Amino acid sequence: MQDAKDLKEYREHIKSALSNDFQRQALDKFAKAYPVGRANAFKGHDVKALINEVARVKDAGIARLDELYDEFKRKAEALGVKVHLAKTAHEANEIIARIAQENGVKKVLKSKSMTAEETHLNDHLEKYGLEVTETDLGEWIIQLRKEGPTHMVMPAIHLSRHQVADLFSAVTGAAQEVDIDKLVKVARRELRAKYVEADMGISGANFAVAETGSIGIITNEGNARLVTTLPRVHVALVGLEKLTTTLDDALKIIRVLPKNATGQNITSYVTWITGANECATCPDQKKVMHVVFLDNGRSSMAKHESYKEVLRCVRCGACANVCPVYRLVGGHEYGDVYIGAIGLILTYFFHSKEKAKALVQNCVNCQACKEICASGIDLPRIIKEVYNDILNEEGHPAESKVLGLVLKNRALFHGLLRTAKLAQKPLKAEQGYLRHLPLIFSKEHNFRALPAIADKPFRDRWNEIKHRVSPANPRYKVALFSGCVQDFVYPEQLEAVVDILEGKGVQLDFPMAQTCCGLPVRMMGEFNAAKDVAELNVNAFDQSKYDYVLTLCASCGGYLKEMYPRVLTEGGKIPVKAQQFADKVISLSEFMAKVLKLDPAEYQGQGKVTFHSPCHLARGMNVKEEPHEAIRASGHEFVPMEEEHVCCGFGGTYSMKFPQVSKELLDKKIANIEATGAEVIVTECPGCTMQIRGGLHNKGSKVQVMHTSELLAKARKKK
Amino acid sequence: MQLNEMTDLFRQKAELVSAKVSEVASLKEAYEYTVDLCEKKEACQLLVSGCEENLSPKAEALCETKPTARIIAAPGMRKNNFSEFKKLADERGIMLIESGLRKHLGGIDIGFTIADYAVAETGSVVLDSSSEDLRLATMVSEIHVAVVRKSTLRATTNALEAELKALMVKDGKAPSYLAFVTGASRTADIERVLALGVHGPLELHVLLWEDKK
Ligand code: SF4
Ligand code: SF4
Repeated sequence: MQDAKDLKEYREHIKSALSNDFQRQALDKFAKAYPVGRANAFKGHDVKALINEVARVKDAGIARLDELYDEFKRKAEALGVKVHLAKTAHEANEIIARIAQENGVKKVLKSKSMTAEETHLNDHLEKYGLEVTETDLGEWIIQLRKEGPTHMVMPAIHLSRHQVADLFSAVTGAAQEVDIDKLVKVARRELRAKYVEADMGISGANFAVAETGSIGIITNEGNARLVTTLPRVHVALVGLEKLTTTLDDALKIIRVLPKNATGQNITSYVTWITGANECATCPDQKKVMHVVFLDNGRSSMAKHESYKEVLRCVRCGACANVCPVYRLVGGHEYGDVYIGAIGLILTYFFHSKEKAKALVQNCVNCQACKEICASGIDLPRIIKEVYNDILNEEGHPAESKVLGLVLKNRALFHGLLRTAKLAQKPLKAEQGYLRHLPLIFSKEHNFRALPAIADKPFRDRWNEIKHRVSPANPRYKVALFSGCVQDFVYPEQLEAVVDILEGKGVQLDFPMAQTCCGLPVRMMGEFNAAKDVAELNVNAFDQSKYDYVLTLCASCGGYLKEMYPRVLTEGGKIPVKAQQFADKVISLSEFMAKVLKLDPAEYQGQGKVTFHSPCHLARGMNVKEEPHEAIRASGHEFVPMEEEHVCCGFGGTYSMKFPQVSKELLDKKIANIEATGAEVIVTECPGCTMQIRGGLHNKGSKVQVMHTSELLAKARKKK
Repeated sequence: MQLNEMTDLFRQKAELVSAKVSEVASLKEAYEYTVDLCEKKEACQLLVSGCEENLSPKAEALCETKPTARIIAAPGMRKNNFSEFKKLADERGIMLIESGLRKHLGGIDIGFTIADYAVAETGSVVLDSSSEDLRLATMVSEIHVAVVRKSTLRATTNALEAELKALMVKDGKAPSYLAFVTGASRTADIERVLALGVHGPLELHVLLWEDKK
């Protein structure tokens, strides 16, 4: 459970989490095993289509939660169930405590319920003198240790068998061997004894099917079946968003959920409870059954344009499984009750704004969670929206406000960059040290060598070189979007494009009024500034003139393509020009592979080359194979690196806010690069270039970092 | 999908989650399989699993409630089928019970059921578990033996939707407790290492029965 009060304290927590070796090893192993298991489970299925179906049926339910609740209540109550609706977490806890009192309950058994974690139900019931025992093995372990879960599906993933053996020895009063099979058997017997005595069972539910009035529970251990069978009273605590219209909708979710969660085709048990069932020890032989729905803000989220998507979550835990930051710091530092990307968001709604404020800043915006999400939630976008909301409530920090103001005025921004170039002069001799653009105005220092601002930005060189890409009868009319880093730090990456496009029938333009894409201010929660900057850029390009808007910066590209229409939406409408602009944005390797078509006869490269896949290229622009094709076509031997799609840790402002995490991610990346034995590592984003080059430089490595454009330019046969 | 394809797929998917799948020609063969299995449970497994470990006094006490005779629970069977089964069990000195499962929470050796349906794509058996005894038989037992009539095998869960709904709703008049069971009870909560039998059965045996259609 997260208890840091502010960003400073949170950073301290992060530091100590990074030194938890067991947890790091465990999560590392898991992060590598998970994608393999998942891919296996989905083999032969169209994953995207299945996920879209989940999103569709969830959205349909979210749009009419009230009606579904009424229908569920009617159907379930006709079969002897009492259905309640709790507005708040406290209200839900009180309802359940009252049911316990009315039924003379002393001992309570629980099967896993994230919703009960959300309301801190156990603490509440204990205040009423009830004995509460968790029966899910992982939940029982952390309950005995008085901790919160560190993963939504595997709550005790941070603990070793040794720790569990010690714990069980203390609990049973008998020495336990460090043997997982035996420890599981001990839990089986200890908990079996609890079932015999319990008066009340509390479960969660994965589904509440309106058309039948049934709840559906999926488990592997089978504990939910005992919890809902043996005690006299059964209470299910269910988040309102678990309502589905039909059984078929629930079955559609089951096609995805276990595969996405644990790589299982289906869990060992899927249980459907409709009505108050037979119970031998109950009055009238009928179970006393209650279903308590929890609102806790859900019904207003359901009406919120951006946040309603959050209610699609089916709690598969995958957004933590693939998160490079979660993998390093673990669940106690990456969420509060809910863990992972969804946890960052839900902490804001259900637990604490203060905690959420620190947490949402610890997202490197790598998009891995979005790609894996069982219900297609755009998690990284919503994480930023939460941050923006918090800043709107509490006031924006002066620093990001200033940056916002500067970026809104292109002339001022570029003028400052030119001044900064002069200011850096004395430093340049010792390997040029400056901070990332446009964060040059940020107070916080970076933690590793970064490049200097170039003597002459690309925009000042353009006039001399543009004739090389101005054919008389062009096949394609292309506008170049440079982004500020390439323009002012790596102009050579852009110049290389001229080398590879010359003589290919491409007319390249560089509209001078373009400026920073605005992603950095969006990342800092400055949504108004981001909108203004986006407008500047859309107006800088005459959409009707160009076939493509080519960008060599993956971060810019992903942002322009995916987010511009949303960022610029006004009164629920996307401006036509913004959509046209976004539709024309293309990455270099995609342009080369798909539009121009790569011709190996043109190139004569040699040697081994590996590729680091920028987050916003692979997931933002959905370009994964084309860079490999470009490397192969250039004559080089392509040697893939392990985990090529995992973030290098740059993330713009992120690397300054959480330098330790950024450094750990970079270290892993560097190790994976070196393991390939390649002489050159290619990537397609100036941010990644900066991060990886800085890391390799600090290690004294000889491996060269190149942009795809530079590799192709160097390998192209001279005429 | 042809029946034999479905049977193959079912077997493959069920075995993937460590279920043991066999074919039987008749219900009688299924009873024989079950009593054999019960008898073959080795001496050390006579103990209810987990009872050989160091336990707290309360958990030990529950272990001691298990009678020394081996027990098979087969709730919800037709009278004549049950007596046929019982005769076989009696011959081997095995207790066969059909109700009162709450008296046996210490553990029973085998729970025997006849499934309502089975799903090939997931290797699952579908059991109307509205009877409390049936629910308990499939949970507190060490081994669950489920007979699947081949006529009730379907390719996908979706192909079963109408039947499932009928089992769940029962004309809106009676409650229902429906279960899909796939493999044994499992956990990976300690170091992500798979362990079977954390709460429910340690083994699931499925007997495919070529019934008359
Ligand atoms: S975007 Fe990346 S860093 Fe942020 S929560 Fe998702 S996976 Fe984690
Ligand atoms: S947000 Fe998506 S990936 Fe994360 S737990 Fe929910 S459904 Fe799974």
